[in-house]
Amino acid sequence: MRAAPYLLSLPALMLFAGVVVVPLAMTVALSFHDWGQYKGIEPVFILKNWREVLEDTYYYEIFGRTFRIAITVTVLAALFGAPEAYILNRMKSPWRGIFLLVILGPLLISVVARTLGWALLFGGNSGVVNKALMSLGVISSPPPFMFTETGVIVALAHVLMPYMVLAVWAALQRLDPQIENAAVALGAGPFTVLRRIVLPQALPGILSGAVIVFALAASAFATPAIIGGRRLKVASTLAYDEFLNTLNWPLGAVVAVLLLIALVLIVQGSNRWVERRYAQVFG
Amino acid sequence: MSRNGPVALTYHALFVTFMLAPILVVCFVAFTPEGYLSFPTHTWSLRWFRAIARYPEFIAAFWRSLALGALSSAVAVAISVPAALAIARYRFAGRDAMTALFMSPLMIPHIVLGVAFLRFFTQIGLGGTFAGLVLAHIVIVLPFALRLTLASAIGLDRSIEHAAVSLGASEWTVLRRITLPLVVPGLMSGWALAFINSFDEVTMTVFVSAPGTVTLPVQMFLYIQDNIDPLVTSVSACVIALTATALIVLDRAYGLERLLVGRAGHGR
Repeated sequence: MRAAPYLLSLPALMLFAGVVVVPLAMTVALSFHDWGQYKGIEPVFILKNWREVLEDTYYYEIFGRTFRIAITVTVLAALFGAPEAYILNRMKSPWRGIFLLVILGPLLISVVARTLGWALLFGGNSGVVNKALMSLGVISSPPPFMFTETGVIVALAHVLMPYMVLAVWAALQRLDPQIENAAVALGAGPFTVLRRIVLPQALPGILSGAVIVFALAASAFATPAIIGGRRLKVASTLAYDEFLNTLNWPLGAVVAVLLLIALVLIVQGSNRWVERRYAQVFG
Repeated sequence: MSRNGPVALTYHALFVTFMLAPILVVCFVAFTPEGYLSFPTHTWSLRWFRAIARYPEFIAAFWRSLALGALSSAVAVAISVPAALAIARYRFAGRDAMTALFMSPLMIPHIVLGVAFLRFFTQIGLGGTFAGLVLAHIVIVLPFALRLTLASAIGLDRSIEHAAVSLGASEWTVLRRITLPLVVPGLMSGWALAFINSFDEVTMTVFVSAPGTVTLPVQMFLYIQDNIDPLVTSVSACVIALTATALIVLDRAYGLERLLVGRAGHGR
């Protein structure tokens, strides 16, 4: 039955054609429509919204902030998550399993609950850590966290860290422990082993984790909305504002499409580069 | 295999503290006896858990999230089984493109999906309805269901099916009595992972839900916009407790690693 695979995939294909491809195409079309506060959305084809976003420095600032936050979060996740994955890898069971659960588990807890925790810890005068530090006399006023870029970066790094640990962990699983042992037997110190054996082999994992964390950080919504607030906008919260507050859907569509294009280019480009560089690892 | 030294273990302890601190503080503050956000020091109280009963919107949102997750995961799994069989078993033109298409929701930012779904559903009259919500969630969780179902389908031993055919079973009988039962373990874990992703999803859902069809994470998010008080911490604490329980059960049953990574790591 030559048609068998096509028939089997038909339900999924129909779903995706109807509920993914069409809506995305409609969103791109929407970005070219006109909008007025009283006339609403006018289904024409004009470049007004695209010109507005590409010419106004307000939008450059927001996109710049979005990618600045994303890069910082990615670097932090790689810096702190990779060593932890390595340490986990060297643990004996049952500790390994337990701590894997502890570190990866939060991925399954709602991002709203996790971000709320940060607001509780460092939120102004009633933040738990702030109150403790102030009552101990270490500081006189609460350190700036809520509604700052630093706060968003720290909270996002926390939310996305498990993805990095997961990616590096998966890469380390492919490592042959005998190679490390051989290096030690040949007289290499622990630092040399790390630098010349472990790191090069863990690097593909770190890079693929970095791509995931970057993409998720750049498109993050709940955490920047809660910690950053109304004034510190990133691309996602800007789109939210345009769609649900201002109701300028065409403009919001431009922001969304731009974000999508930027991320697809960055992610595809990085993946291709990683695959080419590490062809012998993957191939 | 060398063990971790004191430096490594200290780093590990700090890391775990960093990862757990926000979650634990939410749970602790939920037990505060005060009427405002504070850390319970001397007395612990359940007043904010009892207060949830006075907010029917949270309870309704919880049941809605549960129903939405169960339904969309079930449909996603049902659709992904034949697709997984097609991808795993046949070489056909467009196979790679199709697989990429089915996995694409993982690559598309949820904010973009939310915007697209909002526009689409509003145009076809499903705006703010539960049906629209279900459709959107099916699309979002399908990659997770498909990935695990695919792993199960690929790992299937075809010789059992060949034996059945050589014993005279029809194609449909083979599918019904051999293939499907063997794929079921992958189905269950696919459903579980899909459910969890649907239950927690907020970025896209906040665009697609309307005041009457709000899910729990969206309800929590909207509540936090106006005020952060102990009520939202007690709701969060309940969600955390539920998730933690589900986590432990899932880990015992399938292994968390296999659920998240797709294969079990080799034991040491």
